[in-house]
Amino acid sequence: MAAKLLDKVEIPKDRYEMRLSGSGGQGMILAAVIMSEAIGGADERNVVQSQSYGPEARGGASKADVVVSENEIYYPKAMNLDLLLAMTQESLDSYYPNLKEGGTLIIDTTLVTDVPTDNYFGLPFTQLAREKVGIIMVANVIALAAIAELTGVVTREALTKAVLGRAPRGTEDKNRKALEIGFEEAAKIKK
Amino acid sequence: MPARERKLLQGNQACVHGAIYAGMRFFAGYPITPSTEVAEMSARLLPRIGGRFIQMEDEIGSIAAVVGASISGLKSMTATSGPGYSLMLENIGYAYMTETPCVIVNVQRGGPSTGLPTKVSQSDTMQARYGPHGDYCAIAVAPSTVADTVTETIRAFNLAERFRTPVTVLLDEVIAHSRELIYLPEEGELEIYNRVKPTASPEEFEAFALTPNGVSPMPSYGEGYRYNVTGLTHDTHGFTTNRVDEIPVKLEKLRHKIADYTDEIEKIRVEHMDDAEVAIIAYGSAARAALQATDIARKVGAKVGAVQLYSIWPFPDAKLKELCGRCKKVIVAELNMGQLITEIERIMPDKQITTLQRYDGEILTPLQVVKKIEEVL
Repeated sequence: MAAKLLDKVEIPKDRYEMRLSGSGGQGMILAAVIMSEAIGGADERNVVQSQSYGPEARGGASKADVVVSENEIYYPKAMNLDLLLAMTQESLDSYYPNLKEGGTLIIDTTLVTDVPTDNYFGLPFTQLAREKVGIIMVANVIALAAIAELTGVVTREALTKAVLGRAPRGTEDKNRKALEIGFEEAAKIKK
Repeated sequence: MPARERKLLQGNQACVHGAIYAGMRFFAGYPITPSTEVAEMSARLLPRIGGRFIQMEDEIGSIAAVVGASISGLKSMTATSGPGYSLMLENIGYAYMTETPCVIVNVQRGGPSTGLPTKVSQSDTMQARYGPHGDYCAIAVAPSTVADTVTETIRAFNLAERFRTPVTVLLDEVIAHSRELIYLPEEGELEIYNRVKPTASPEEFEAFALTPNGVSPMPSYGEGYRYNVTGLTHDTHGFTTNRVDEIPVKLEKLRHKIADYTDEIEKIRVEHMDDAEVAIIAYGSAARAALQATDIARKVGAKVGAVQLYSIWPFPDAKLKELCGRCKKVIVAELNMGQLITEIERIMPDKQITTLQRYDGEILTPLQVVKKIEEVL
């Protein structure tokens, strides 16, 4: 066969690949776990969640991937991102090249200033968390709600259930509030 | 019936769920990346069901405790990675010689020595077969997904009990740390094998009695059966022997109890092999890249198939040869500098065999596999 196989092949369309990225401590891995559980609680789709593991996970850009498919997921890692959430400038710079053409880019406008495209959704997740909920820690939950609202990858109900399932006792109200803000703010900018 | 709920688990956690389902009630280990979650989960779950978890002073102590616990009657497991597996080899050999069922999980990382603690590798493929010195038959199973890790760990315990032998579960960093949504098996859903206990009276009991299938009934310490346990070559009562007529009997027992029953151990998955001109052979996380690449390449008409080994030791010579029967070309994809391939070259000297290696600490990508298919076709 002529050496044309690589030119012809396509990344399978039955996979939806998400990367949640930021810096260590922003709760990207937890967010990816919650997203995976939300999908698991909602329907029969398969999920593989993985993260950068090792010295590079401390400081610098940290990432957590979620691959979703209605079929068996052969390859566990992301190949061509359908969605990139970037909570910091560094994570955007690191992972934007992995976002496929026409993929969804969501950024935290609190911390990201320089975006290499006009085609993106921007919300100030960190600022919203600080000013409207009172704790910066829930910025990841606001971002998850925005992802759900903007992409429909999971329903509001399923995400809410998953977030509350992971919320430490006493933080349920703040997490509920974070979800509401995320859903509402994202609905406003939805195209 | 209420809908069963799926759990989001890492491979390492799934391993413990499988082990407990299979009856594990003792775990001894020494934490090492990327296997530590196996110890953590064992420490959390075992006390709840009356089991025991102990963190030992090192890996040598860990496998020693596991062997002792098993002889005392508890299904036992330890988990480690390459450097720890190296330390355990002496006592794994002791388990082969004393015919002690136990499970050793090796979550492979890069080596030699402390190597790459956080990076994936399959470079312990041969160590799982030839690690301890001496002649023996090794059994190693190899999951590739979180769900597999449950069933293959259960299988490892069943095989250990069935054959009275240590069994290695060869995991790797990617499977160990990836989380997947899985259903855990329900009670009674999967078969559990327990070691055969003696029916003879303690007076008539012969510890390493020669039986038709080579496996001697095994009492637990404290049940009234007195016998000698030694790593020295021993007779059917467990006592040291130097007799030329007894030494081969013991060694052949160790070999034949496993080598004559490989159909109970071998497990291979094939995809698209019916009309394949090229077969990609792989195990563990490399197999996931191979399966993905096969799927991708098939969609554009390449006649390629994937062969995934769930058990690599004993090597499934005849079955693998049969499955690859018609295709003339074989790609062996592995995360090392070429270990599995030596077995494939041995059993298929008539085929064109190509190696696809990756040993930089990362998993092979499907496109790397597709590129190799393109070269070979």
